[in-house]
Amino acid sequence: MKEVVVISGKGGTGKTSLAASFAYLNGTSVIADCDVDAPDLYLVLSPEIKRLEPFKSGRVAVIRKDDCIGCGTCMDKCRFDAVREIRRIGRESLFVIDSFSCEGCGVCVRLCPQDAVDFPGRICGEWMVSETRYGPMVHARLAIGAENSGKLVSIVRNEAHRIAEDLNISCVIIDGPPGIACPVIASITGASMVLIVVEPTLSGVHDMERVITLTEHFKIPTCLCINKWELNPQIAGEIKRGAKSAGATFAGMISYDSSVTAAQNKGIPVVEYGGPAAQDIRKVWQNIEKRMESIEAPAAIEA
Amino acid sequence: MIVAVASGKGGTGKTTIASNLAVCLPRPKRLLDCDVEEPNCHIFLNPEIDTTERFTLPFPIVDETRCNGCGECSVMCRYNAIVTLQSKHLVFPELCHGCGGCVEVCPENAITEGQREIGSIHTGTHDHALFVQGLLDVGQALCPPLIYAVKRHTATNGITVIDCPPGTSCPVIAAVKKCDYVVLVAESSTFGLHDLRLAVDTMRKLNLNFGVVINRVSSADRQVAEFCRNEQIPVLLEIPEDRKAAEAYSRGQLLVDVVPGFRELFDRLCERILAEFHHS
Repeated sequence: MKEVVVISGKGGTGKTSLAASFAYLNGTSVIADCDVDAPDLYLVLSPEIKRLEPFKSGRVAVIRKDDCIGCGTCMDKCRFDAVREIRRIGRESLFVIDSFSCEGCGVCVRLCPQDAVDFPGRICGEWMVSETRYGPMVHARLAIGAENSGKLVSIVRNEAHRIAEDLNISCVIIDGPPGIACPVIASITGASMVLIVVEPTLSGVHDMERVITLTEHFKIPTCLCINKWELNPQIAGEIKRGAKSAGATFAGMISYDSSVTAAQNKGIPVVEYGGPAAQDIRKVWQNIEKRMESIEAPAAIEA
Repeated sequence: MIVAVASGKGGTGKTTIASNLAVCLPRPKRLLDCDVEEPNCHIFLNPEIDTTERFTLPFPIVDETRCNGCGECSVMCRYNAIVTLQSKHLVFPELCHGCGGCVEVCPENAITEGQREIGSIHTGTHDHALFVQGLLDVGQALCPPLIYAVKRHTATNGITVIDCPPGTSCPVIAAVKKCDYVVLVAESSTFGLHDLRLAVDTMRKLNLNFGVVINRVSSADRQVAEFCRNEQIPVLLEIPEDRKAAEAYSRGQLLVDVVPGFRELFDRLCERILAEFHHS
Protein backbone atom coordinates (compact mmCIF):
# COMPACT_ATOMS: atom_id res chain seq x y z
CA MET A 1 0.00 0.00 0.00
CA LYS A 2 1.24 3.45 -0.88
CA GLU A 3 0.12 6.63 0.78
CA VAL A 4 0.42 10.18 -0.54
CA VAL A 5 -0.16 13.04 1.90
CA VAL A 6 -0.81 16.50 0.46
CA ILE A 7 0.36 19.30 2.76
CA SER A 8 1.55 22.88 2.35
CA GLY A 9 2.62 24.66 5.53
CA LYS A 10 0.70 27.73 4.42
CA GLY A 11 -3.05 27.40 4.14
CA GLY A 12 -5.08 27.92 1.00
CA THR A 13 -2.46 26.87 -1.54
CA GLY A 14 -4.73 24.28 -3.20
CA LYS A 15 -4.27 21.06 -1.21
CA THR A 16 -7.91 20.00 -1.39
CA SER A 17 -8.29 20.74 -5.10
CA LEU A 18 -5.21 18.62 -5.79
CA ALA A 19 -6.20 15.75 -3.49
CA ALA A 20 -9.64 15.54 -5.12
CA SER A 21 -8.06 15.52 -8.57
CA PHE A 22 -5.63 12.76 -7.60
CA ALA A 23 -8.55 10.67 -6.34
CA TYR A 24 -10.19 11.11 -9.75
CA LEU A 25 -7.02 10.30 -11.69
CA ASN A 26 -6.11 7.23 -9.67
CA GLY A 27 -9.46 5.54 -10.29
CA THR A 28 -9.93 3.72 -7.01
CA SER A 29 -8.24 4.86 -3.82
CA VAL A 30 -9.04 5.22 -0.17
CA ILE A 31 -9.36 8.94 0.42
CA ALA A 32 -8.94 10.62 3.78
CA ASP A 33 -9.48 14.24 4.78
CA CYS A 34 -7.07 14.90 7.62
CA ASP A 35 -7.81 18.63 7.79
CA VAL A 36 -10.23 17.98 10.62
CA ASP A 37 -10.43 21.69 11.52
CA ALA A 38 -11.74 22.82 8.14
CA PRO A 39 -12.61 19.70 6.15
CA ASP A 40 -13.51 20.77 2.61
CA LEU A 41 -12.83 17.65 0.58
CA TYR A 42 -16.38 16.38 0.95
CA LEU A 43 -17.60 19.46 -0.91
CA VAL A 44 -15.87 18.13 -4.03
CA LEU A 45 -16.29 14.37 -3.62
CA SER A 46 -19.94 14.35 -2.41
CA PRO A 47 -19.51 11.33 -0.15
CA GLU A 48 -22.44 9.21 0.94
CA ILE A 49 -22.02 8.60 4.67
CA LYS A 50 -22.12 4.90 5.64
CA ARG A 51 -20.87 5.03 9.19
CA LEU A 52 -20.62 7.80 11.78
CA GLU A 53 -18.70 7.55 15.05
CA PRO A 54 -18.32 10.06 17.87
CA PHE A 55 -14.78 11.14 18.65
CA LYS A 56 -14.35 10.85 22.39
CA SER A 57 -11.16 12.27 23.71
CA GLY A 58 -9.96 13.37 27.08
CA ARG A 59 -12.00 14.83 29.89
CA VAL A 60 -13.15 18.22 31.09
CA ALA A 61 -13.38 19.49 34.65
CA VAL A 62 -16.78 20.65 35.93
CA ILE A 63 -17.17 22.15 39.40
CA ARG A 64 -20.34 21.19 41.27
CA LYS A 65 -21.58 24.57 42.41
CA ASP A 66 -23.34 23.27 45.51
CA ASP A 67 -20.26 21.48 46.82
CA CYS A 68 -17.74 24.29 46.13
CA ILE A 69 -16.62 26.00 49.35
CA GLY A 70 -14.84 28.77 47.47
CA CYS A 71 -11.31 27.96 48.67
CA GLY A 72 -9.78 28.71 45.25
CA THR A 73 -7.35 25.77 45.23
CA CYS A 74 -8.45 24.92 41.69
CA MET A 75 -7.62 28.43 40.48
CA ASP A 76 -4.25 28.49 42.26
CA LYS A 77 -3.21 25.18 40.79
CA CYS A 78 -4.58 25.51 37.25
CA ARG A 79 -1.82 26.40 34.83
CA PHE A 80 -4.15 26.93 31.87
CA ASP A 81 -6.07 29.94 33.11
CA ALA A 82 -9.24 27.85 32.93
CA VAL A 83 -10.76 28.71 36.31
CA ARG A 84 -12.78 31.85 36.78
CA GLU A 85 -13.71 33.36 40.12
CA ILE A 86 -17.20 34.78 40.52
CA ARG A 87 -17.18 37.12 43.50
CA ARG A 88 -20.35 37.27 45.55
CA ILE A 89 -21.30 39.93 48.08
CA GLY A 90 -21.40 38.64 51.64
CA ARG A 91 -20.57 35.08 50.61
CA GLU A 92 -17.52 33.13 49.57
CA SER A 93 -16.56 33.24 45.87
CA LEU A 94 -17.77 30.70 43.40
CA PHE A 95 -15.34 29.07 41.00
CA VAL A 96 -16.23 27.85 37.52
CA ILE A 97 -14.26 26.12 34.76
CA ASP A 98 -14.05 27.60 31.29
CA SER A 99 -14.37 24.41 29.25
CA PHE A 100 -12.67 25.98 26.20
CA SER A 101 -9.53 26.60 28.25
CA CYS A 102 -9.58 23.37 30.26
CA GLU A 103 -6.75 21.06 29.17
CA GLY A 104 -8.31 18.10 30.93
CA CYS A 105 -5.23 17.58 33.09
CA GLY A 106 -7.25 16.69 36.19
CA VAL A 107 -5.14 18.69 38.65
CA CYS A 108 -8.16 20.54 40.09
CA VAL A 109 -10.12 17.27 40.25
CA ARG A 110 -7.39 15.68 42.30
CA LEU A 111 -6.57 18.60 44.57
CA CYS A 112 -10.06 19.90 45.39
CA PRO A 113 -10.40 19.39 49.18
CA GLN A 114 -14.16 18.86 48.82
CA ASP A 115 -14.00 16.49 45.82
CA ALA A 116 -16.33 18.99 44.18
CA VAL A 117 -14.95 18.66 40.65
CA ASP A 118 -16.48 16.17 38.22
CA PHE A 119 -14.40 14.94 35.31
CA PRO A 120 -16.67 13.61 32.54
CA GLY A 121 -15.40 12.37 29.21
CA ARG A 122 -15.62 14.85 26.38
CA ILE A 123 -16.97 14.35 22.87
CA CYS A 124 -14.60 16.26 20.64
CA GLY A 125 -16.17 15.68 17.25
CA GLU A 126 -17.10 12.85 14.95
CA TRP A 127 -15.61 10.81 12.17
CA MET A 128 -17.23 9.16 9.18
CA VAL A 129 -16.66 6.44 6.62
CA SER A 130 -18.30 7.22 3.29
CA GLU A 131 -18.57 6.04 -0.26
CA THR A 132 -17.49 8.24 -3.19
CA ARG A 133 -17.24 7.70 -6.94
CA TYR A 134 -13.49 7.28 -6.48
CA GLY A 135 -13.49 4.85 -3.57
CA PRO A 136 -14.12 4.84 0.19
CA MET A 137 -13.49 8.05 2.09
CA VAL A 138 -12.74 8.67 5.75
CA HIS A 139 -13.35 12.15 7.08
CA ALA A 140 -14.05 13.91 10.33
CA ARG A 141 -15.14 17.06 12.00
CA LEU A 142 -13.44 18.30 15.14
CA ALA A 143 -15.77 20.02 17.59
CA ILE A 144 -15.26 23.74 17.90
CA GLY A 145 -12.36 24.65 20.10
CA ALA A 146 -11.49 21.03 20.73
CA GLU A 147 -8.12 19.66 21.67
CA ASN A 148 -6.40 16.60 20.32
CA SER A 149 -6.89 17.22 16.64
CA GLY A 150 -3.77 15.09 16.17
CA LYS A 151 -5.53 12.16 17.80
CA LEU A 152 -8.54 12.54 15.50
CA VAL A 153 -6.21 12.73 12.49
CA SER A 154 -4.60 9.46 13.61
CA ILE A 155 -8.02 7.79 13.89
CA VAL A 156 -8.96 8.95 10.37
CA ARG A 157 -5.67 7.78 8.92
CA ASN A 158 -5.68 4.41 10.69
CA GLU A 159 -9.22 3.77 9.52
CA ALA A 160 -8.18 4.63 5.95
CA HIS A 161 -5.28 2.16 6.17
CA ARG A 162 -7.55 -0.53 7.57
CA ILE A 163 -10.09 -0.11 4.76
CA ALA A 164 -7.31 -0.16 2.15
CA GLU A 165 -6.06 -3.47 3.52
CA ASP A 166 -9.52 -5.00 3.85
CA LEU A 167 -10.56 -4.07 0.34
CA ASN A 168 -7.14 -4.58 -1.16
CA ILE A 169 -6.90 -1.02 -2.47
CA SER A 170 -3.29 -0.11 -3.15
CA CYS A 171 -3.37 3.66 -2.78
CA VAL A 172 -4.36 6.01 0.05
CA ILE A 173 -4.67 9.72 -0.76
CA ILE A 174 -4.64 12.12 2.17
CA ASP A 175 -5.72 15.75 2.15
CA GLY A 176 -3.61 17.21 4.94
CA PRO A 177 -3.99 20.19 7.26
CA PRO A 178 -2.03 23.46 7.07
CA GLY A 179 0.73 24.32 9.54
CA ILE A 180 3.57 22.23 10.94
CA ALA A 181 2.40 21.19 14.43
CA CYS A 182 0.30 18.42 15.98
CA PRO A 183 -2.25 17.60 13.21
CA VAL A 184 0.40 17.81 10.47
CA ILE A 185 2.80 15.58 12.36
CA ALA A 186 -0.06 13.08 12.87
CA SER A 187 -0.85 13.23 9.13
CA ILE A 188 2.61 12.48 7.80
CA THR A 189 4.42 10.16 10.23
CA GLY A 190 5.12 6.88 8.45
CA ALA A 191 3.64 7.99 5.10
CA SER A 192 5.23 6.71 1.90
CA MET A 193 5.24 10.16 0.32
CA VAL A 194 4.43 13.78 1.01
CA LEU A 195 3.49 16.29 -1.67
CA ILE A 196 4.03 19.90 -0.66
CA VAL A 197 1.91 22.44 -2.56
CA VAL A 198 3.60 25.83 -2.68
CA GLU A 199 2.43 29.12 -4.08
CA PRO A 200 5.19 31.32 -5.52
CA THR A 201 5.05 34.05 -2.89
CA LEU A 202 7.53 35.06 -0.20
CA SER A 203 5.09 33.77 2.44
CA GLY A 204 4.69 30.51 0.51
CA VAL A 205 8.45 30.00 0.34
CA HIS A 206 8.91 30.82 4.03
CA ASP A 207 6.26 28.28 5.03
CA MET A 208 7.50 25.66 2.56
CA GLU A 209 11.01 25.79 4.03
CA ARG A 210 9.64 25.05 7.49
CA VAL A 211 7.44 22.20 6.30
CA ILE A 212 10.32 20.63 4.29
CA THR A 213 12.42 20.69 7.46
CA LEU A 214 9.59 18.75 9.08
CA THR A 215 9.40 16.07 6.35
CA GLU A 216 13.19 15.73 6.49
CA HIS A 217 12.99 15.40 10.26
CA PHE A 218 10.62 12.45 9.80
CA LYS A 219 12.62 11.17 6.79
CA ILE A 220 9.63 11.05 4.44
CA PRO A 221 10.23 11.17 0.66
CA THR A 222 8.96 14.56 -0.47
CA CYS A 223 7.67 15.94 -3.76
CA LEU A 224 7.01 19.59 -4.41
CA CYS A 225 4.70 21.33 -6.84
CA ILE A 226 3.97 24.99 -7.44
CA ASN A 227 0.41 26.21 -7.73
CA LYS A 228 -0.54 29.46 -9.53
CA TRP A 229 3.01 29.72 -10.87
CA GLU A 230 2.31 32.77 -13.07
CA LEU A 231 1.64 34.81 -9.94
CA ASN A 232 5.39 35.27 -9.65
CA PRO A 233 7.42 33.42 -12.32
CA GLN A 234 10.69 34.54 -10.75
CA ILE A 235 9.95 33.04 -7.33
CA ALA A 236 8.45 29.96 -9.06
CA GLY A 237 11.76 29.49 -10.89
CA GLU A 238 13.74 29.82 -7.68
CA ILE A 239 11.56 27.22 -5.93
CA LYS A 240 11.98 24.82 -8.85
CA ARG A 241 15.75 25.23 -8.95
CA GLY A 242 16.03 24.94 -5.16
CA ALA A 243 13.80 21.88 -4.77
CA LYS A 244 16.50 19.26 -5.19
CA SER A 245 18.98 20.81 -2.77
CA ALA A 246 16.12 21.25 -0.29
CA GLY A 247 15.62 17.47 -0.43
CA ALA A 248 12.45 17.37 -2.55
CA THR A 249 11.60 16.02 -6.00
CA PHE A 250 10.09 18.68 -8.22
CA ALA A 251 6.74 17.44 -9.54
CA GLY A 252 5.58 20.34 -11.69
CA MET A 253 3.90 23.72 -11.97
CA ILE A 254 0.18 24.36 -12.06
CA SER A 255 -1.35 27.27 -13.90
CA TYR A 256 -3.21 30.15 -12.21
CA ASP A 257 -6.56 29.25 -13.69
CA SER A 258 -10.07 30.40 -12.84
CA SER A 259 -11.42 26.94 -13.68
CA VAL A 260 -10.06 25.77 -10.28
CA THR A 261 -12.58 27.96 -8.44
CA ALA A 262 -15.23 27.16 -11.03
CA ALA A 263 -14.76 23.41 -10.42
CA GLN A 264 -14.91 24.00 -6.66
CA ASN A 265 -18.15 25.93 -6.98
CA LYS A 266 -19.56 23.15 -9.13
CA GLY A 267 -18.43 20.55 -6.60
CA ILE A 268 -16.25 18.44 -8.92
CA PRO A 269 -12.49 17.76 -9.15
CA VAL A 270 -10.55 20.23 -11.32
CA VAL A 271 -9.36 17.46 -13.65
CA GLU A 272 -12.94 16.47 -14.31
CA TYR A 273 -13.87 20.08 -15.05
CA GLY A 274 -10.96 20.62 -17.44
CA GLY A 275 -8.83 23.66 -18.30
CA PRO A 276 -5.10 24.49 -18.26
CA ALA A 277 -4.70 23.72 -14.53
CA ALA A 278 -6.32 20.29 -15.08
CA GLN A 279 -3.62 19.42 -17.64
CA ASP A 280 -0.89 20.51 -15.24
CA ILE A 281 -2.36 18.50 -12.36
CA ARG A 282 -2.34 15.36 -14.56
CA LYS A 283 1.40 15.84 -15.12
CA VAL A 284 2.05 16.36 -11.42
CA TRP A 285 0.21 13.11 -10.62
CA GLN A 286 2.24 11.23 -13.27
CA ASN A 287 5.43 12.51 -11.67
CA ILE A 288 4.26 11.47 -8.21
CA GLU A 289 3.44 7.98 -9.47
CA LYS A 290 6.87 7.74 -11.06
CA ARG A 291 8.57 8.86 -7.87
CA MET A 292 6.49 6.41 -5.86
CA GLU A 293 7.62 3.50 -8.04
CA SER A 294 11.25 4.45 -7.50
CA ILE A 295 10.68 4.34 -3.73
CA GLU A 296 9.04 0.95 -3.84
CA ALA A 297 11.67 -0.64 -6.09
CA PRO A 298 14.60 -0.90 -3.61
CA ALA A 299 12.26 -2.27 -0.94
CA ALA A 300 11.23 -5.03 -3.33
CA ILE A 301 14.87 -6.00 -4.00
CA GLU A 302 15.57 -6.22 -0.27
CA ALA A 303 12.56 -8.50 0.19
CA MET B 1 -8.62 47.32 22.35
CA ILE B 2 -7.50 43.94 21.03
CA VAL B 3 -8.45 43.05 17.45
CA ALA B 4 -7.85 39.49 16.29
CA VAL B 5 -7.72 38.60 12.59
CA ALA B 6 -8.86 35.02 12.10
CA SER B 7 -10.45 32.59 9.59
CA GLY B 8 -11.61 29.01 9.43
CA LYS B 9 -9.81 28.26 6.19
CA GLY B 10 -6.11 28.92 5.67
CA GLY B 11 -4.84 31.24 2.97
CA THR B 12 -7.83 33.58 2.91
CA GLY B 13 -5.76 36.69 3.61
CA LYS B 14 -5.43 36.95 7.42
CA THR B 15 -1.83 38.11 7.28
CA THR B 16 -2.61 40.58 4.49
CA ILE B 17 -5.44 42.10 6.53
CA ALA B 18 -3.48 42.10 9.80
CA SER B 19 -0.32 43.66 8.39
CA ASN B 20 -2.03 46.28 6.24
CA LEU B 21 -4.36 47.11 9.12
CA ALA B 22 -1.37 47.45 11.44
CA VAL B 23 0.15 50.22 9.29
CA CYS B 24 -3.14 52.09 8.80
CA LEU B 25 -4.28 52.18 12.44
CA PRO B 26 -3.47 55.24 14.53
CA ARG B 27 -0.77 54.95 17.22
CA PRO B 28 -0.42 53.71 19.93
CA LYS B 29 -0.66 50.28 18.36
CA ARG B 30 1.17 46.98 18.16
CA LEU B 31 1.04 43.77 16.18
CA LEU B 32 1.36 40.27 17.63
CA ASP B 33 1.89 37.45 15.13
CA CYS B 34 0.26 34.46 16.85
CA ASP B 35 0.34 32.14 13.82
CA VAL B 36 3.31 30.49 15.48
CA GLU B 37 3.44 27.52 13.08
CA GLU B 38 3.78 29.70 10.00
CA PRO B 39 4.15 33.39 10.95
CA ASN B 40 4.37 35.69 7.93
CA CYS B 41 3.68 39.27 9.06
CA HIS B 42 7.39 40.07 9.25
CA ILE B 43 7.67 39.48 5.49
CA PHE B 44 5.38 42.46 4.86
CA LEU B 45 6.33 44.73 7.75
CA ASN B 46 10.12 44.19 7.82
CA PRO B 47 10.30 44.96 11.53
CA GLU B 48 13.59 45.60 13.27
CA ILE B 49 13.96 42.73 15.72
CA ASP B 50 15.78 43.74 18.92
CA THR B 51 15.37 40.73 21.14
CA THR B 52 14.88 37.02 20.68
CA GLU B 53 14.08 34.87 23.67
CA ARG B 54 13.68 31.13 23.77
CA PHE B 55 10.33 29.87 25.02
CA THR B 56 10.22 26.81 27.26
CA LEU B 57 7.66 24.48 28.76
CA PRO B 58 8.14 22.59 32.01
CA PHE B 59 8.51 18.81 32.16
CA PRO B 60 9.04 16.47 35.12
CA ILE B 61 12.43 15.32 36.38
CA VAL B 62 12.31 12.48 38.89
CA ASP B 63 14.89 12.25 41.64
CA GLU B 64 15.70 8.54 41.64
CA THR B 65 17.00 8.59 45.19
CA ARG B 66 13.69 9.83 46.57
CA CYS B 67 11.25 7.98 44.27
CA ASN B 68 9.54 5.07 46.02
CA GLY B 69 8.01 3.74 42.81
CA CYS B 70 4.42 4.24 43.96
CA GLY B 71 3.23 5.31 40.50
CA GLU B 72 0.98 8.16 41.73
CA CYS B 73 2.52 10.45 39.10
CA SER B 74 1.53 8.20 36.20
CA VAL B 75 -1.99 7.80 37.57
CA MET B 76 -2.24 11.60 37.67
CA CYS B 77 -0.83 12.25 34.19
CA ARG B 78 -3.54 12.36 31.51
CA TYR B 79 -1.03 12.65 28.69
CA ASN B 80 1.08 9.51 29.31
CA ALA B 81 4.10 11.75 29.74
CA ILE B 82 5.20 9.87 32.84
CA VAL B 83 4.77 6.11 32.96
CA THR B 84 5.66 3.75 35.78
CA LEU B 85 6.58 0.17 34.92
CA GLN B 86 7.50 -2.19 37.76
CA SER B 87 8.40 0.79 39.96
CA LYS B 88 10.66 2.20 37.21
CA HIS B 89 9.42 5.39 35.61
CA LEU B 90 9.84 6.73 32.11
CA VAL B 91 9.37 10.41 31.23
CA PHE B 92 8.32 11.53 27.73
CA PRO B 93 8.91 15.30 27.77
CA GLU B 94 7.34 15.83 24.31
CA LEU B 95 3.98 14.50 25.60
CA CYS B 96 3.99 16.71 28.70
CA HIS B 97 1.51 19.59 28.78
CA GLY B 98 3.17 21.11 31.83
CA CYS B 99 0.16 20.89 34.15
CA GLY B 100 2.30 20.20 37.20
CA GLY B 101 0.02 17.42 38.42
CA CYS B 102 2.81 14.91 38.98
CA VAL B 103 4.74 17.39 41.13
CA GLU B 104 1.65 17.99 43.24
CA VAL B 105 0.80 14.35 43.91
CA CYS B 106 4.26 12.85 44.51
CA PRO B 107 4.23 11.80 48.19
CA GLU B 108 8.04 11.86 48.37
CA ASN B 109 8.46 15.28 46.72
CA ALA B 110 10.72 13.51 44.27
CA ILE B 111 9.63 15.43 41.18
CA THR B 112 10.96 18.80 40.10
CA GLU B 113 10.50 20.51 36.77
CA GLY B 114 13.01 21.06 34.03
CA GLN B 115 12.42 23.28 31.03
CA ARG B 116 12.36 22.20 27.38
CA GLU B 117 12.56 24.65 24.51
CA ILE B 118 9.69 24.59 22.02
CA GLY B 119 10.05 27.89 20.19
CA SER B 120 11.10 31.50 20.35
CA ILE B 121 9.61 34.95 20.71
CA HIS B 122 10.99 37.77 18.58
CA THR B 123 10.33 41.33 19.66
CA GLY B 124 11.03 44.48 17.68
CA THR B 125 9.49 47.56 16.16
CA HIS B 126 7.75 48.53 12.99
CA ASP B 127 6.58 52.04 12.19
CA HIS B 128 7.40 53.08 15.81
CA ALA B 129 5.06 50.36 17.05
CA LEU B 130 5.85 47.14 18.88
CA PHE B 131 6.04 43.97 16.79
CA VAL B 132 6.06 40.52 18.42
CA GLN B 133 6.29 37.17 16.68
CA GLY B 134 6.07 33.66 18.11
CA LEU B 135 7.90 30.96 16.17
CA LEU B 136 7.34 27.30 17.02
CA ASP B 137 10.35 25.03 16.53
CA VAL B 138 9.89 22.60 13.64
CA GLY B 139 8.94 19.16 15.00
CA GLN B 140 7.09 20.53 18.05
CA ALA B 141 3.40 19.68 18.31
CA LEU B 142 2.02 21.89 21.07
CA CYS B 143 1.51 25.57 20.21
CA PRO B 144 -1.12 27.15 22.53
CA PRO B 145 1.38 27.88 25.35
CA LEU B 146 3.59 29.82 22.93
CA ILE B 147 0.55 31.73 21.66
CA TYR B 148 -0.36 32.72 25.22
CA ALA B 149 3.21 33.85 25.80
CA VAL B 150 3.10 36.11 22.72
CA LYS B 151 -0.22 37.51 23.90
CA ARG B 152 1.36 38.65 27.16
CA HIS B 153 2.67 41.55 25.04
CA THR B 154 -0.87 42.89 24.58
CA ALA B 155 -0.98 46.65 25.21
CA THR B 156 -3.11 48.16 27.95
CA ASN B 157 -3.67 51.30 25.90
CA GLY B 158 -4.17 51.75 22.17
CA ILE B 159 -4.83 48.94 19.74
CA THR B 160 -3.28 45.49 19.62
CA VAL B 161 -3.70 43.55 16.35
CA ILE B 162 -3.36 39.77 16.58
CA ASP B 163 -2.72 37.64 13.50
CA CYS B 164 -4.23 34.22 14.27
CA PRO B 165 -3.57 30.70 12.98
CA PRO B 166 -6.25 29.16 10.71
CA GLY B 167 -8.84 26.63 11.86
CA THR B 168 -11.27 26.29 14.74
CA SER B 169 -9.33 24.20 17.27
CA CYS B 170 -7.19 24.94 20.29
CA PRO B 171 -4.53 27.23 18.70
CA VAL B 172 -7.26 29.54 17.36
CA ILE B 173 -9.08 29.57 20.70
CA ALA B 174 -5.80 30.53 22.38
CA ALA B 175 -5.31 33.39 19.91
CA VAL B 176 -8.83 34.90 19.98
CA LYS B 177 -9.58 34.38 23.67
CA LYS B 178 -10.14 37.68 25.54
CA CYS B 179 -10.00 39.73 22.34
CA ASP B 180 -12.44 42.64 22.04
CA TYR B 181 -13.20 42.17 18.38
CA VAL B 182 -12.50 39.52 15.75
CA VAL B 183 -12.16 40.20 12.04
CA LEU B 184 -12.96 36.99 10.15
CA VAL B 185 -11.41 36.89 6.70
CA ALA B 186 -13.36 34.77 4.22
CA GLU B 187 -12.64 33.94 0.63
CA SER B 188 -15.47 34.39 -1.81
CA SER B 189 -15.82 30.71 -2.84
CA THR B 190 -17.56 27.48 -1.88
CA PHE B 191 -14.69 26.39 0.40
CA GLY B 192 -14.54 29.94 1.75
CA LEU B 193 -18.20 29.94 2.72
CA HIS B 194 -18.02 26.49 4.29
CA ASP B 195 -15.08 27.42 6.48
CA LEU B 196 -16.57 30.82 7.34
CA ARG B 197 -19.61 29.05 8.77
CA LEU B 198 -17.31 27.06 11.07
CA ALA B 199 -15.47 30.22 12.11
CA VAL B 200 -18.76 32.01 12.81
CA ASP B 201 -19.95 29.08 14.98
CA THR B 202 -16.68 29.28 16.88
CA MET B 203 -17.00 33.03 17.54
CA ARG B 204 -20.59 32.63 18.67
CA LYS B 205 -19.69 29.80 21.05
CA LEU B 206 -16.96 31.97 22.52
CA ASN B 207 -19.30 34.98 22.77
CA LEU B 208 -16.97 37.22 20.78
CA ASN B 209 -17.92 40.28 18.72
CA PHE B 210 -16.97 39.82 15.13
CA GLY B 211 -17.35 41.07 11.57
CA VAL B 212 -16.31 39.69 8.20
CA VAL B 213 -13.92 40.86 5.50
CA ILE B 214 -14.70 39.16 2.20
CA ASN B 215 -11.57 38.72 0.14
CA ARG B 216 -11.10 38.09 -3.59
CA VAL B 217 -14.65 39.05 -4.41
CA SER B 218 -15.81 38.50 -7.96
CA SER B 219 -19.09 40.02 -9.07
CA ALA B 220 -20.40 36.60 -10.10
CA ASP B 221 -20.04 34.97 -6.69
CA ARG B 222 -22.18 36.50 -3.94
CA GLN B 223 -22.62 33.41 -1.70
CA VAL B 224 -20.49 34.72 1.19
CA ALA B 225 -22.10 38.19 1.13
CA GLU B 226 -25.54 36.60 1.11
CA PHE B 227 -24.66 34.34 4.02
CA CYS B 228 -23.52 37.36 6.06
CA ARG B 229 -26.69 39.27 5.23
CA ASN B 230 -28.91 36.35 6.23
CA GLU B 231 -27.01 35.84 9.46
CA GLN B 232 -26.92 39.58 10.20
CA ILE B 233 -23.14 39.61 10.40
CA PRO B 234 -21.54 42.98 9.56
CA VAL B 235 -19.44 42.91 6.38
CA LEU B 236 -16.58 45.26 7.22
CA LEU B 237 -15.03 45.31 3.77
CA GLU B 238 -15.15 43.57 0.41
CA ILE B 239 -11.81 43.32 -1.35
CA PRO B 240 -12.14 42.75 -5.09
CA GLU B 241 -10.25 39.96 -6.84
CA ASP B 242 -7.20 41.82 -8.15
CA ARG B 243 -4.26 40.23 -9.92
CA LYS B 244 -2.07 43.24 -9.05
CA ALA B 245 -2.81 42.72 -5.35
CA ALA B 246 -1.95 39.01 -5.61
CA GLU B 247 1.34 39.83 -7.34
CA ALA B 248 2.27 42.53 -4.80
CA TYR B 249 1.52 40.01 -2.05
CA SER B 250 3.79 37.46 -3.74
CA ARG B 251 6.66 39.97 -3.53
CA GLY B 252 6.01 40.62 0.15
CA GLN B 253 4.71 44.15 -0.39
CA LEU B 254 2.04 45.91 1.62
CA LEU B 255 -1.01 46.46 -0.57
CA VAL B 256 -1.65 49.90 0.94
CA ASP B 257 1.80 51.00 -0.27
CA VAL B 258 1.72 49.76 -3.84
CA VAL B 259 -1.75 48.96 -5.12
CA PRO B 260 -3.88 51.99 -6.06
CA GLY B 261 -7.08 52.24 -4.02
CA PHE B 262 -6.01 49.92 -1.20
CA ARG B 263 -4.96 52.67 1.23
CA GLU B 264 -8.53 54.01 1.08
CA LEU B 265 -9.96 50.49 1.49
CA PHE B 266 -7.94 49.87 4.64
CA ASP B 267 -8.56 53.34 6.10
CA ARG B 268 -12.23 52.55 5.78
CA LEU B 269 -11.70 49.15 7.42
CA CYS B 270 -9.97 50.84 10.40
CA GLU B 271 -12.92 53.20 10.82
CA ARG B 272 -15.41 50.35 10.55
CA ILE B 273 -13.64 48.23 13.15
CA LEU B 274 -13.35 51.11 15.61
CA ALA B 275 -17.01 51.97 15.06
CA GLU B 276 -18.19 48.35 15.48
CA PHE B 277 -16.18 48.08 18.67
CA HIS B 278 -17.62 51.27 20.18
CA HIS B 279 -21.06 50.23 19.00
CA SER B 280 -20.94 46.85 20.75
